[in-house]
Amino acid sequence: MNIVVCIKQVPDTKGGVKFNPDGTLDRAAMLAIMNPDDKAGLEAALRIKDETGAKVTVLTMGLPKADAVLREAMAMGADEAVLVTDRVLGGADTWATSTTIAGALRNLEYDLIITGRQAIDGDTAQVGPQIAEHLGLPVISYAADIKVEGDSVVVKRQYEDRYHELKAKMPCLITALSELNVPRYMTPGGIFDACDKEVTVWGRNDLKDVDDSDLGLKGSPTKIAKASDKVAKGAGEKVNLDPTEAVNYLIGKFKEKHII
Amino acid sequence: MDFTLDKKHEMARALFREFAETEVKPLAQEVDETEEFPMETVKKMQKYGFMGIPVPKEYGGQGCDPLTYVMCVEELSKVCATTGVIVSAHTSLCIDPIMTYGTEEQKQKYVTALASGEKIGAFALTEPGAGTDAQGAQTKAVLDGDEWVLNGSKCFITNGKVADVYIVIAITSITEDKRGRKKKNFSAFIVDKGAPGFSFGTKEKKMGIRGSSTYELIFEDCRIPKENLLGAEGKGFPIAMHTLDGGRIGIASQALGIAEGALDRVIAYTKERKQFGRSIAQQQNTQFKLADMAARIEAAQLLVYKAAMAKATQKVYSVEAAKAKLFAAETAMAVTTEVVQLFGGYGYIREYDVERMMRDAKITEIYEGTSEVQRMVISGALLK
Repeated sequence: MNIVVCIKQVPDTKGGVKFNPDGTLDRAAMLAIMNPDDKAGLEAALRIKDETGAKVTVLTMGLPKADAVLREAMAMGADEAVLVTDRVLGGADTWATSTTIAGALRNLEYDLIITGRQAIDGDTAQVGPQIAEHLGLPVISYAADIKVEGDSVVVKRQYEDRYHELKAKMPCLITALSELNVPRYMTPGGIFDACDKEVTVWGRNDLKDVDDSDLGLKGSPTKIAKASDKVAKGAGEKVNLDPTEAVNYLIGKFKEKHII
Repeated sequence: MDFTLDKKHEMARALFREFAETEVKPLAQEVDETEEFPMETVKKMQKYGFMGIPVPKEYGGQGCDPLTYVMCVEELSKVCATTGVIVSAHTSLCIDPIMTYGTEEQKQKYVTALASGEKIGAFALTEPGAGTDAQGAQTKAVLDGDEWVLNGSKCFITNGKVADVYIVIAITSITEDKRGRKKKNFSAFIVDKGAPGFSFGTKEKKMGIRGSSTYELIFEDCRIPKENLLGAEGKGFPIAMHTLDGGRIGIASQALGIAEGALDRVIAYTKERKQFGRSIAQQQNTQFKLADMAARIEAAQLLVYKAAMAKATQKVYSVEAAKAKLFAAETAMAVTTEVVQLFGGYGYIREYDVERMMRDAKITEIYEGTSEVQRMVISGALLK
């Protein structure tokens, strides 16, 4: 069984985000990590590997430095890694990204493709399902549990108010939630091996069945007008009143703001 | 000369730091208070290969180098010196002598289980009457048919009761030199927990590293198989000394970690603590102290890493190990004392980590060769 896990190197947004003067993310000023949902997807794949001996390949698209997340994935136990990097692929939105990744995936053998639900730098949750569309595969999103049964997968899909249990025949694509599991640590020996291993590097010309007009900034229909960090809220207003007065005060405020 | 770490070591450091922060730090205070061995943490470290870092893969290890191992002990000790010494004693004092002096059968049987994390190791040299002066030792081993019979006791043994495999140094003969002076000749043995006649005495109540399991070992007609002699008969003393050379690099890393951990905490604290209307970090006295500590810690780190590199490339590294341990241990003691001073009254309260760190630091000047012994080793090489 072959599993391909699509991962992304993202800026760690835990300590807040930093922007360039032009409104784009200042990635150099932020620590780069493996996207948490993708890491959970990788862990799910590695657990399937532990049980069945499946081969796990990790794939990323990004700058050459994205090599770091591929090595981290191999240090956790992934067998092979592919980096898709090319200047012409830069500035891609979700459409151009999914087109690129699908073009790379056409070169690989897979029974199961796992992506994270969404990346913490864009939060679109579009790339996984779009890849499935490009490849004509069934997609199960928001996986909170994944089990392999013969030639099928049984997935617990998390919705806001319920779970769906879905069964799909492989090949198919699953998008994983970070709540899916607690990813394992790397091992010291895994790190040494991962640093000695070859990472396959592909450029534009290695992508299969893709059109230039669907790639990079030019192939991206999304145009970002402006990006900004969360606006910090003011300290608010504190009043010290007895309960009856407090209710009247609140109702007055709600009316003033046309909430009621 | 390049002082930057390569990618492998950078990644390994990031791993150890994340593990220490996530798995070890939250328990450090509790481990100290309860004096309980952190078995759950050790099980996690076994799972992720931390108990066999410098051991070749064919013997169940991770196939990394001494520098990687040193960084592991350093990062663990930044948050919990107890956890640091558990890894150090297991790796440097038990696995290392078997890897260096063991037969192929001994390596297959013991190193594989120790490095892969099935078993925990310990080393027993010290006796009530024999610390720095090994000739004061009393524990004897006599060959009886196909078995060695051990009698005596060992004290202050790290990983004492939790270990499964022990390296025990015992007298196997007494010879007289030309002047008629008696000399005890030692041999090294591998003793399994559960060997008949092998039991545990008192658990020591310690000033620091209180979660580490420190016990007295008692041998009463303890019988072990003949093939558990480690190295040649009569070579126990050089085996013990060589083992301690490696062990000192581990303890130097522990000391380095304690000092670094204390500095991290005092930097955060002095920025927050306000006196006379401004943070104490804005006072020049604090700034100068922080600068002195940082410089001294970096010097210690360079000595420790140099000793680790020497272990990887040289057959003999006694002097490098002694310098690293002497300087790192005294740095840990000086830095933690200064850090407690900067914390003021809060530094003396057990709720704050630095109080524990100061108590933990002291042992690094004592075990695996006191600072005085390290000075003897260094000056001995200078005056040779």
